[in-house]
Amino acid sequence: MIAALTLCALAACGPATTPTGVNDPYETANRRTHEFNRGLDRALVRPAAEGYSLAVPDPVQDGVSNFADNLDLPGDVLNNLLQLRLGDAVKNSFRLAVNSTFGLGGLLDPATEMGLAHEETDFGETLHVWGAPEGAYVELPLAGPSTERDAFGLVTDIALNPTRWLVPSGDRKWVTGANIGGALSARSRYGDLIDSILYESADSYAQARVLYLQNRRFELGGRAADPYAALSPDQEDSYADPDYDPIADPNYDPFAQ
Amino acid sequence: MPTQITTRSRTPITTRSPSDRGRRRVLTCLAAGAAALALPGRGQALTTAEASNLINRLVTDINAVINSGKRESAMYQEFERIFGTYADVPLIAQMALGPDWRVASTPQRRAFAGAFQSYISRKYGQRFREFIGGEIRVTGTQPLKSFYEVISVADLRGEAPFEVRWHVRDSRGQPKMFNLFIEGVNMLATERTEVRAMLDRQGGNLDALIAELRRAG
Repeated sequence: MIAALTLCALAACGPATTPTGVNDPYETANRRTHEFNRGLDRALVRPAAEGYSLAVPDPVQDGVSNFADNLDLPGDVLNNLLQLRLGDAVKNSFRLAVNSTFGLGGLLDPATEMGLAHEETDFGETLHVWGAPEGAYVELPLAGPSTERDAFGLVTDIALNPTRWLVPSGDRKWVTGANIGGALSARSRYGDLIDSILYESADSYAQARVLYLQNRRFELGGRAADPYAALSPDQEDSYADPDYDPIADPNYDPFAQ
Repeated sequence: MPTQITTRSRTPITTRSPSDRGRRRVLTCLAAGAAALALPGRGQALTTAEASNLINRLVTDINAVINSGKRESAMYQEFERIFGTYADVPLIAQMALGPDWRVASTPQRRAFAGAFQSYISRKYGQRFREFIGGEIRVTGTQPLKSFYEVISVADLRGEAPFEVRWHVRDSRGQPKMFNLFIEGVNMLATERTEVRAMLDRQGGNLDALIAELRRAG
């Protein structure tokens, strides 16, 4: 009862406001981590993903990915509840029930065909709903782009994950294996795209940062924010004349001096 | 008025994490931003129907190119032509270059806009094959500030449907597309980050950046 009241009080705080721009005070350390991640991808993850996608037939890969997805659902339901998003909690619970039974333990995904798409969430989003600010941008080893809030959320999700308590300890290696298989499938499926960001852009760290922050803020419901406020991510980078808005001027001549 | 790219049976949806979803969407649909179609008529204020129609025709035009069966290099030329004729390339180029646009000479601005146009066409043209078998439907249009926002849903093979928003403005009497958002990821901000990084790598030399853009992508 006290827990429920606390939750209501937290939820009543309302979600944190969505910031614009880039807050990256740890850039030097983050760039070192980024180089580590890039080296790891080049030496290990990318070749492993290529090998996995060649060696494992697509239907088997899909089954492994579906299985890993299904195992995420108990944690997502827990976060849905903590966010007081009861509709999502019900939907994810039905999805878990359908895919665990008719979906042969999660290997198939009949729930999506029934309109029960996965409402993915995480404890970082829960913290956002409770009003916690985004914090600084951080790039995590292995996990990649994140923020202080999302990094704290990630650690909490791993610690709280109900699947750990539901799966006997002897079977947890299958859970880990499915998660790795799902990640390798994803690395392979989006291979060209990920390669273009990591290896072909002029500054892959800055690309990953701007892509992550924009997409994450959108996922957390930042649509209300001014989309063009994010166009000047760096303070010193703003236009010389802050009042000049070429978008607002229908007759501007871009080539005029 | 839904516009189909092509219709084929879709493979079953498999799962992916939000970050995969984000990465994938950035470029699959940014590809669509490489082109835009203008409407006939001049001197009239833009209407909701014109903005919506522009994006419908844009999607139809992309469809024609990706299903033409041409070689990839020939397709890039088609995309570059479409992008150059119908997108607001000078505005996009200006926003991508940022403050350095202000100190650039007029010939430098023209050279930069031209190099930027072919760079964008090559970079996003490479992703167009991901569109084959997909469909984009325009679902609504709304005024936003001084321009229009056209909302569409992209349904690509093997992907959960996702939202693409197009920003369309009146550019001296003609509707022009100048930005798009895929699940919150914005082409102008993303390309601005890239172009600024390229400029830094060239020691801030705009002419060297222009030469680099002609090679990159």
